[in-house]
Amino acid sequence: MILTLLQIAALFGMLGLLSFGGGNAIIADMQFATVQTHAWMTDKEFLDIFAISRATPGPGMLVVALIGLKAAGIAGAAVAFVAIFAPPFLLIHTTARAWLRARSKAWFAVAERGLAPVAIGLVFAGGVSLLQSAEPGVLCLAITAVSTVLLAFTETHPLLVMAGGAGLVLAVT
Amino acid sequence: MQAPAPPPPSLWQLFLAFFRIGAVSFGGGMSAWMRREMVQKRGWLDDRQFLAGLALAQISPGANGVNLAVFIGTQLRGLPGALASFAGLVLLPTCAVLGFGALYFASRGGGLDAWVGKALTGVVAAATGLVLANGVRLARRNAGTLPAGLIIIVCALAIGWARLPLLAVLAVMLPLSLLVARMQVRR
Repeated sequence: MILTLLQIAALFGMLGLLSFGGGNAIIADMQFATVQTHAWMTDKEFLDIFAISRATPGPGMLVVALIGLKAAGIAGAAVAFVAIFAPPFLLIHTTARAWLRARSKAWFAVAERGLAPVAIGLVFAGGVSLLQSAEPGVLCLAITAVSTVLLAFTETHPLLVMAGGAGLVLAVT
Repeated sequence: MQAPAPPPPSLWQLFLAFFRIGAVSFGGGMSAWMRREMVQKRGWLDDRQFLAGLALAQISPGANGVNLAVFIGTQLRGLPGALASFAGLVLLPTCAVLGFGALYFASRGGGLDAWVGKALTGVVAAATGLVLANGVRLARRNAGTLPAGLIIIVCALAIGWARLPLLAVLAVMLPLSLLVARMQVRR
């Protein structure tokens, strides 16, 4: 049990620090370690809990809590949660503090201005890669197109649009 | 351009604001929700600050939405703010994931209901629109110049479409963007 908890801590502590660009970067490694290396669950189970974490709101990385839960019960879930979130938390918190202190520096305005287009590019990159991994078909494309226009140019509430999307797919397919 | 900063929110207000985001951010698009709640509705930070946080949150390892929440919490209220934001964001999703996961493991490998998958497909399609719309809103307000527009397009296509490694693209585009910004500020 202790050994399993240590394995969970080591695995997710490392994966958290390697997840540049977000959780998608480490899903393949996570699946291999969970199913092959440690044999904590089957491939089917991994895909199912991955689907569960996608169906619930919040960060997809929460799937690690379910891997921990399966491997070592509620203690495993807690260890996995802390291991994946704590190191990146400390890193970005330290970065944010440094950023706050740099506000008075002469180069700060330039840095802020230079980061903006890159950040917007990354937002679109996220949208484009979601588009690429979307279910094929006209229906989903149409939902995405209408949602984009509604949410960019009107003050429609996003939840309303998402409920509409879900309802439409349920009704049509 | 800098509006007078509103008083910083209390830790409880931070917690609640992020709790709401955690509760509704189905299918991704967390940073879009954060801009809506933090910049547009509450004015706790402006677009400039938000975008800097967004860039740094994506460069730093970790879940992007969580990183952005911690960044915003730190900016507004230091370490306690970071903890309140983090806790608010993940509390409900963690309970939901553990609850559904425990049910799933207890049901001994029964599959997910088909309608959940279908509904999710629609939600993700709409959430993709939410992400793109967030990009459109941000670009309309913060990308007035041609070089900025080009940097946006190259970053989006290199990472999102060509799937080049994030860090490699940033190693080229970030210095370029800073150089452009420096020339624009001097002018």
